[in-house]
Amino acid sequence: MTDLKEELKAKIIEQLNLEDVAIEEIADKDPLFGEGLGLDSIDALELIVMLDKDYGIKLADPKEGRAIFESVETMASYISEHRK
Amino acid sequence: MNKEYRIQRYGHIRQGRISLNGIPRFESNETDFSIFIKSAYKNFDTQYPKFFKMDSLSKLALIASDVLLENENEKNIALALSNRAASLDTDRRHQKTIQDIENPFASPAVFVYTLPNICLGEISIRHRLFSENSFFIFDRFNADSLFEYANSLLANQKSEKVICGWMEFDQGKYDAFLYVVAKNGIFAHSIEEINRLYLTP
Repeated sequence: MTDLKEELKAKIIEQLNLEDVAIEEIADKDPLFGEGLGLDSIDALELIVMLDKDYGIKLADPKEGRAIFESVETMASYISEHRK
Repeated sequence: MNKEYRIQRYGHIRQGRISLNGIPRFESNETDFSIFIKSAYKNFDTQYPKFFKMDSLSKLALIASDVLLENENEKNIALALSNRAASLDTDRRHQKTIQDIENPFASPAVFVYTLPNICLGEISIRHRLFSENSFFIFDRFNADSLFEYANSLLANQKSEKVICGWMEFDQGKYDAFLYVVAKNGIFAHSIEEINRLYLTP
C-alpha cells in the first residue's frame, strides 16, 4: 500500500505537470483538490483516464471520483480493491 | 472610424530572444522551445503554476502577454491574435494519443488545447481581461486585417485598447509578435508601421 501511494504521488506529479511539487511534499491525506494540491476539473479527467490506463479501472459513474480522488490515501485504497 | 489610433508598445519572441520595443528582455541560445520558454518563465520569476499545464502555443502567448502588459493598468483590453498553424502542433499530439487502436487513451489535458483561441483564454484569465477576443487564421502575417479590426473595435468602443499580433507555434518553431493599440502611443497605427515593427524585433 505504501509503495502504491508513492507510485501515485509520482504519477500525479508527472501526468498533471505539477512542476514545483516534490513527492515528499504530498502527504497521504492531503486533499488533492481545492486548498490541497489545487487540482482542477481537467486534472480530475486525467486521473479518471489514469485509473483506466494504468490500473484497468473504469469509473461507471464519474461522480464516484469525488470520494476516490479525495486524497492519495483514498485513491490507493480504491485501486487496491478494484485493480485488475 | 476616422479617428487615428496609436501603437503604445510592441514585443517579440523569436529565435531565443524576448524583446519589448526592440529592447531585449531575455535571451538564450537554447534551441529546444520547451526548455527556452521554461527558462524565460523562471527568469521573469513568473508565479503561475498553470503555465506548466499549457500547450506550447499558450505558453508562448502567456509569456509574450506578460512582457507586454507588465506595467499595464487598463483592463478593458480586447485581443485580436492570428497565426497560420492554428493549434496543429497540439492537434498532432492529441492524434498520437488516440490512433493506437489497442491503447486509445486521449489525454483531456492535451485535448483542451486543440483550438488556437484557447491561448486567448489563458491570457484573459492571467490578466483578468473580460473584453472581446478573436483569433484569426491567415496564410501569413496580415497587418491589413489586424489594422482594420483594431480600428473597428476602438471606434465602436468595444474596448479602450486592443492587443493585436501573430502567435505562431508548430513543431518547435515559434514566432510571437504582439502590439498594443490605443488612443495614445509612440508609434503610428498604420499598416506600414505594423509591418515594420513585425519585421524589426
